Amino acid sequence: MNGEILNPLFGGVLIAVASSIMLGGIGRIMGISGIVSGVLSIPKKDEFWRYSFFVGMLTAGYIMYNFSPQFFEYSLSADPFKLIVAGLLVGFGTRLGSGCTSGHGVCGLPRLARRSIIATITFMVAGIITVLLERLMS
Amino acid sequence: MSVISFLAGFIFTIGLTVSGMINPEKVKGFLDIFGDWDYSLAFVMGGAVVFNFIAFKFLIKKKPVFASSHNLPTKLIVDRDLIIGAILFGIGWGLIGICPGPGIVNLITMETNIFIFVGSMLTGMYLFGLFDKLRK
Repeated sequence: MNGEILNPLFGGVLIAVASSIMLGGIGRIMGISGIVSGVLSIPKKDEFWRYSFFVGMLTAGYIMYNFSPQFFEYSLSADPFKLIVAGLLVGFGTRLGSGCTSGHGVCGLPRLARRSIIATITFMVAGIITVLLERLMS
Repeated sequence: MSVISFLAGFIFTIGLTVSGMINPEKVKGFLDIFGDWDYSLAFVMGGAVVFNFIAFKFLIKKKPVFASSHNLPTKLIVDRDLIIGAILFGIGWGLIGICPGPGIVNLITMETNIFIFVGSMLTGMYLFGLFDKLRK
């Protein structure tokens, strides 16, 4: 085993620890698309947990970016049109499908939730086909 | 409750960063199974699912420490919305290589492109809200 596998494994476990803290602490599924779209609406008293999760993300992001910039060494190069189309699809799709990689994948698969298993297989296959088509057409 | 979710968001982000999930080049390499496949990110989902499979079994039986009960998804049927939503999300994810969590984390780079992507993602979520109201 090398760093290429250990880092993903370690990161994956941290992601799971975070979602276990959510479930064991406040009894909720850690679904990022739900949390992010909740942040967009006017805050209600019982929804503050979404904001603090969001602030926790930005705080850790700030620390990681400043102290471990090696993890951010890549470029997000794409033309604006493609970025907009992809963003719209991710936003609309995750709401329509009630979740993304975190809610359906990280939390739904371990619960053996049928909806999440189907959703995860579907978005994985859609992503794989998209990357394949893009490569074939370029 | 707020402290708990702050902590969870914090640990989640360190996990996303260390694992390589925030790196769109790596994600696209992971999805490129018919090309030069970078399988390393399979260990992110693998590690997370195995850990949670064990942890959730235990946690779901216990009352949450800071809430009166669990607040889990109640919908159980696989419907058209779920499938179409997952397809649309998968296409968008494959095009750029960024899903919602990494989108938020990447804002910290202050790159124009990530703001365009996340802005469009939020717009997509907002448009779904409108669409959902209209169809009811």
